[in-house]
Amino acid sequence: MSTVPAADSQTNAGKALAGHDEHAHTSSFLKTYVFSLDHKIIGLQFLFSTLIWFLVGGMLALGIRWQLAYPWRPMPILGELVGAAEGGQIPPEVYTMLVTMHATVMIFFVIIPVLAGAFGNYLIPLMIGADDMAFPTLNMLSYWFMWPAFVAIGSSFFVDGGAAQGGWTNYAPLSIFAGQGQTLWLIGLTLVGISSMLGSVNYMTTIIQMRAPGMTMFRLPMTIWGMFVTAVLQAFALPVLTAAGFMALSDRLFGTGFFLAEGATANNAIAQAGGGQPLLWQHLFWFYSHPAVYIMILPAMGMVSDILSCFSRKPLFGYKPMVYSLAGIAGLGFIVWGHHMFVSGMNPALGMTFMVSTMMIALPSAIKTFNWLGTMWGGKLQFTTPMLFAISFVSMFIIGGLSGIFMAATPVDIVIHDTYFIVAHFHYVLFAGTAMAVMGAIYFWFPKMFGRTMNDSWGKVHFLLTFVLLNCVFYPMHILGMNDFPRRLADPYHYGTFRHLLPINQFMSWCAFILVSVQIIFVVNFIWSLFFGPRCGRNPWHANGLEWQAPSPPGHGNFDFQPMIYRGPYEYGSPEVEVDYYPQTQPPAASSPSGESNENPTKEA
Amino acid sequence: MSESQTNEQQRKWLPNFWSVLFLMVPIFGVATFALAPYLNDIAPAYFKRPVWFPKDVSEHGYVIDNLFMFILWLTGIVFVITEGLLFYFMWKYEANTNTKKVAYSHGSHSLEVVWTIIPAVTLLFIAIYQMDAWAAAKMRAPDIPPIVEVTGRQFNWDFRYPGPDNELYTSDDIVRTDGRLYLPVGEEVLLRITSADVLHSFFLPNLRLKQDVIPGMAQNMWFTATETGEYDIVCAELCGWGHYKMKARIHLVTRPQFEAQLEEFRKEKNTMRVADRPQD
Ligand code: HEM
Ligand SMILES: [Cu+2]
Ligand SMILES: [Cu+2]
Ligand SMILES: [Cu+2]
Repeated sequence: MSTVPAADSQTNAGKALAGHDEHAHTSSFLKTYVFSLDHKIIGLQFLFSTLIWFLVGGMLALGIRWQLAYPWRPMPILGELVGAAEGGQIPPEVYTMLVTMHATVMIFFVIIPVLAGAFGNYLIPLMIGADDMAFPTLNMLSYWFMWPAFVAIGSSFFVDGGAAQGGWTNYAPLSIFAGQGQTLWLIGLTLVGISSMLGSVNYMTTIIQMRAPGMTMFRLPMTIWGMFVTAVLQAFALPVLTAAGFMALSDRLFGTGFFLAEGATANNAIAQAGGGQPLLWQHLFWFYSHPAVYIMILPAMGMVSDILSCFSRKPLFGYKPMVYSLAGIAGLGFIVWGHHMFVSGMNPALGMTFMVSTMMIALPSAIKTFNWLGTMWGGKLQFTTPMLFAISFVSMFIIGGLSGIFMAATPVDIVIHDTYFIVAHFHYVLFAGTAMAVMGAIYFWFPKMFGRTMNDSWGKVHFLLTFVLLNCVFYPMHILGMNDFPRRLADPYHYGTFRHLLPINQFMSWCAFILVSVQIIFVVNFIWSLFFGPRCGRNPWHANGLEWQAPSPPGHGNFDFQPMIYRGPYEYGSPEVEVDYYPQTQPPAASSPSGESNENPTKEA
Repeated sequence: MSESQTNEQQRKWLPNFWSVLFLMVPIFGVATFALAPYLNDIAPAYFKRPVWFPKDVSEHGYVIDNLFMFILWLTGIVFVITEGLLFYFMWKYEANTNTKKVAYSHGSHSLEVVWTIIPAVTLLFIAIYQMDAWAAAKMRAPDIPPIVEVTGRQFNWDFRYPGPDNELYTSDDIVRTDGRLYLPVGEEVLLRITSADVLHSFFLPNLRLKQDVIPGMAQNMWFTATETGEYDIVCAELCGWGHYKMKARIHLVTRPQFEAQLEEFRKEKNTMRVADRPQD
C-alpha cells in the first residue's frame, strides 16, 4: 500500500542514533548479534529460531499426512528425513513419534516462543516507550535457555528408540515406561519452561515499571495487553508444569511412582513403587496446558486488534471490553482444565462443573469477535497483506471458537473426544488463528524490524494460497470427527468403521503437501526483502503506535527523543487532525477544545 | 496512462475479490456439512458409505446425536451471521468504495451489553440442556451385577465373564483373549472396565460410548443395545506403538444366543483351546 515515508513528527536529530550501535560500544560481533542484551536483537533471534523450527514441524506433519493417505507405503523423498526406516516406510512407532514431535515442536518451539519471545521482546519496549527491557541480562538468558532445549529435543531423534512417543500430552503411565527420548523430552520441556518464566517476569516488570510518561495502562495497545496477560498466565501456571515434569522425571529415573498405580507393568518393565495416580499427571499437565492454549493466542489477538484498527483507519471498537474480556479469559482459563478429561475417569460430577466453566469461557471470545467486527464496520478498509491475515484470523477464530462448544458439551464429547474433531478445533485456533496472525504480524512489523518493506503482491499470493489450502486441509477434519475418526492411529483403515474415510484423507494430504510447499513464497519474499526490499521511513503504514515513531530499524536505546504520550493508540479518523491518524506522541492541537476525547469508550456508535 | 488504467481496474476488482473470498468461508463451510453424506458417491465402490455418524445401535445414542445436531444448527446460524457480516463489511467499507467519512466511534455500551447477554444466555442454556444426558451416561449407574469385565492391555482387550455363580472374580470365571466381546441386546448391561498397564480408551462408536481405562482403577460403563450385529471396538487413547491395532469386535446377540455362547466358552475352557484373534 502506501509506502510514503512517514511524516516524521520528530526532529531528525536522531538519524545518527540509528547507526549508534556500531561505534558507541567497542563490542565484537559476538556481543552485538549473539550474546546481545538488546531486546530487539533477542527478539529477532527468537524469530529466526522459531521460523526454522516451523519448517521442521511442517516436515514432521508431512510424514503424518503421508501415512494417513497411503498407509505403510514408502514415503518418497522425505521418508528418510522424517525418521522412516527401510526405504521410507513409516513404522507405527515412528508414526507415533511424528505425532508427538510435530505437536511438541509447533507448540513449545514455535507458537509460544514466537509470540512472547519474538514479538513480545521486540515490541514491548518499543510500544510502551522504554529504551529496553527491565532486566536485559535475564532477557538474554531467556533466549539462551532455549538452546539446551533445542539440543535436548533435537538430539532425542537420534537416541536409541527415537524421540518421545507419548503424545505431546505425555500421559502417564505410558510416558513413564517409554524409552530414552521421553527423558530428553521432559528435560527439554523444563528448559523451555525456564525460558518462558524468565521472559514473563521480565515482561510484567517492564510493562508495569517502564512505560513512558503519559502511557497509562488504558493507553496501551492491545498487543501489550495480550503480552501482559500472557505473562501473568505463564507466571502462575508454569510452576505447576515444572513440578509435574520433575515428578515424571523422578518416576522415570528413580522409580518414585507419583503417577503409577500399585504393581503397574508395561513394556516388560515393572514399577518399583506404586501408590500414585495416573490421573494426577493429567490434572497437573492441563492445569498448565489449558492456560497455555491462551498463552498461544492472546498475544495474537492483541496483534490482530492493532492491525485491524490500523487498516480500518478507525478506532478499535470497545477498547475496554476488549481488555476486560482478555482478563476474563485469563481468569476463567484457570478453572476449565478438566474439559480435557471428561472421559478420563475423573469424577463425572466434576466434569459437569468443568463443562459449565468451559461454556462460560466461550463468552469473552465471542465478545472479542463482535468487537473486531465492530472495528471494521464503517471504516475505510485497506486490504494490505497484514490486513488480510488479520481478517482471516477473525474469520478462522470464529470456526475454532464454535467447534469448542461441541466439545464443551459433555455428552457430545464422550463421542468426539480423541477424534479428529479435536484436531480440527485446535488447528483452527492455532494454525488458522495464531500462525496466520503471526504471518500477518511479520508482514506488518517487518518494516520496523529491518527498515524495508516486504513485497505486498507476493504477500497476497502467499496469503491466498495459504488461506485456501489450510481450509482444505483442516475443515474436513470436522467431518472426520463426526465419523468418529480417531486421532493418533497409524492405520485407522483396518477398522471397518473408518475405511470409507480414506479418499477424504488423501484429498487433505495433497492439500497439506501443497500448503507446506507454497510457504517457499514467504521464505523467498522474507529473505529477498531483507536485502532488497524498498526502504521505508519510520511510519510506512501511517499507524499511531509508539513503535512507529522510532527509526526503522530503531537503534540501541530505541528512541531518538523522549516519548511523551498524549492519547491511546487507536485514534484513526479523529476529527481533531487533518490526516486520518493521530500518533500517540503528537501533542494535541492547541486550539482543540477537548484534549481527553480518546478515553471514552462508551460514546454512542 | 495505461498503467494508471490497470491500477484503476485493479482497485475496482481486487477488493471485491478479497471480500468474495471471505464469503466463500460460510458458503463452503455450510456446503461441506450439507454434502458430507454424499461425498463418497464419487469414490470407488470399496469406500461407498455415507460420510456421517456411524450407525447407532444404542438406546441412548440418539440423545447424543441430536445434541450434536442441535449445536451444529445453533453454531451454524452464528457462523453464517458473523461470517456474513465480515463479508458485508469488507465489501461495503473498502477504502475506495466507501466514500463516506469513517465512523469515528470507540464502541457502544448498549451493543456490548446486547452481545454479552445473548451469547451468555445461549451458552448457559446449552450447558443446562445437556446435563441430563451426561448424568445418564456417566453418573446413574444401574444397580445390576456386571455382565463382563473388560481389561485393556498393550495391545489387546481381554474379557472376563462370570461363571454359573454369576459373580466375577471367582474360579469359574471365563476369560477370553480372542478380542470378541459377546453381549445381549434389549437389556441394560453393566461392564467393569479397567487396564492392566497404561491408559487405553474403550471406545464403541456404534454405541456412542467412550471411557478411558486406568490401571489400578475399575470403572463402570452401561448401555442398552437395540440391534443385533457385529461392530468395532476401538482403543481411543494413545497406548504405545501398537495403539492403532488395538482392535476388538463386539457381537451383539439375543439373550438365548448369549447364553449359548457362554456355554460354548465354558466347554472350550475345559479343553483349554486358545481361539484365534479376529481378522476383521
Ligand atoms: C471458545 C472457546 C473454547 C472452548 C469452549 C474450547 C473447548 C475445548 C475443549 C472442551 C477441549 C477438549 C476436547 C477433548 O479433548 O475432548 C479443547 C481442546 C483443545 N483446545 Fe480448545 N476451546 C476453546 C478455545 C481454544 C483456543 C483459543 C485454543 C488455542 C489457542 C484452544 C486450543 C485447544 C487445544 C490445543 C486443544 C486440544 C489439546 C489436545 O487434546 O491435544 N482452544 N478445547
Ligand atoms: Cu482447554
Ligand atoms: Cu490401547
Ligand atoms: Cu490405544
